Amino acid sequence: MDFKSSDTITGPRTEDHLPHTAQAAAKIVIVGGFGVGKTTMVGSVSEIRPLTTEETMTQAGIGVDDNYGSKSKTATTVAMDFGRISITDQLVLYLFGTPGQERFWFLWNGLFEGALGAVVLVDTRRLEVSFDVMGRLEERNVPFVVAVNDFPDAPRYAIEELRQALDLAEEIPIIRCDARRRASSRDVLLTLMRFLHSLAISGPSA
Amino acid sequence: MTPPQRQRRQPTHEPSPPIPEDLPGAAGERPPERLYILTGEDGERAPIDLVTLIVARAEPPPSAAPEQSALIRICQAPLSVAEISAYLNLPISVVTVLLTELLTAELVQARAPVVRQARADRSLLEAVMHGLQKL
Repeated sequence: MDFKSSDTITGPRTEDHLPHTAQAAAKIVIVGGFGVGKTTMVGSVSEIRPLTTEETMTQAGIGVDDNYGSKSKTATTVAMDFGRISITDQLVLYLFGTPGQERFWFLWNGLFEGALGAVVLVDTRRLEVSFDVMGRLEERNVPFVVAVNDFPDAPRYAIEELRQALDLAEEIPIIRCDARRRASSRDVLLTLMRFLHSLAISGPSA
Repeated sequence: MTPPQRQRRQPTHEPSPPIPEDLPGAAGERPPERLYILTGEDGERAPIDLVTLIVARAEPPPSAAPEQSALIRICQAPLSVAEISAYLNLPISVVTVLLTELLTAELVQARAPVVRQARADRSLLEAVMHGLQKL
C-alpha cells in the first residue's frame, strides 16, 4: 500500500469542515444496477464534492459462488462514492452510492448495517438490473423506496405497472426523478424519510 | 411493451442488531477483524462505523506514525471514518486499525453514529426531513 508522505495529504477544504457541534451522523445507501445514475444522484445533493472510499475484501469475505473454483487468495478492492448533507449543526447525513460489482456491496461489513434505509434507482430501459439488489434488501429487511431515473429515451410505464413488474407492496413508494437535478434528488430522499417515518409510526416490524 | 417481471423475496434472517452483544469473531457472519470503540461514559461498546465522526483531541505527538499524524491533522474538525479513508487514500479496514490505536491513546475522540433501531427514532427522521426541505 502506498501511503503518501504526511505532508502531501490534503484534508478537507476549510469550507468543507463540519462544525465542532456535529455530534452524530446517519447514512443512507443508494443502490441500483450499473449506469442508472447512483453517483449522479449523490453528486447532485451533496454539499461536498463526492469522495471515494474503499474497502479490501479478502477471499474469506467473498461468497463461494463468486470465486468458484478459484484457488488463489486474492483480495478485491471495492470502491464506494459518497456525499454529505449537513442537516443541523449537530446532525449530518451521508449518502453512499454504490458503483458496479453489486455482489460485493452486501459483503461490505457495515455498509447496510445501521443505514436508515436505501434508495433503489432504476432505469426502465434495463429494469431487470435492479431486481437482485431489491431482493437482497428485502432479505436483509432494509427499508427502501424506488426512484425511477427518467432518461429521455426510456420507456415510460405507469407507476402501477412498475409496482406490479417490481412486485412491490402497496406501501413502498415509487417516484420518478431526474438524478441530475438537486431538487429532484432531494425529493427522493424526502420520500424515503417520509416512508421511514410511516414505518416508525406503524410499528417496529420493518 | 411489458416490463420484465420480478419476484419479491422474504427476509432471511433477523435484522442485525445495531449494537452487537458479542465480541468480534463471535457472531457467525462477522469477520474477526471487526473492531470496537468505547463510547460515552458508560463504556458501551460500539463498532466503528463508516459514519462515526472522529475529532482530534491533541496535536500529533512526534512519535506518531506518518499515517497517524496525517489522520490527526485532518481531524481538527469532525470528520467521518469514510471521509478519513477518502482523504488518506486508505481502505476502511486500515483506517479502523489506525483509529483503534489513536482512540486508545486518547489522541482522537469518536462520536457514535445514529443507527437504525428496531424502533426508528421518529424525532431523528423528522429532523432529517426538516433539513432536507431547506436544501
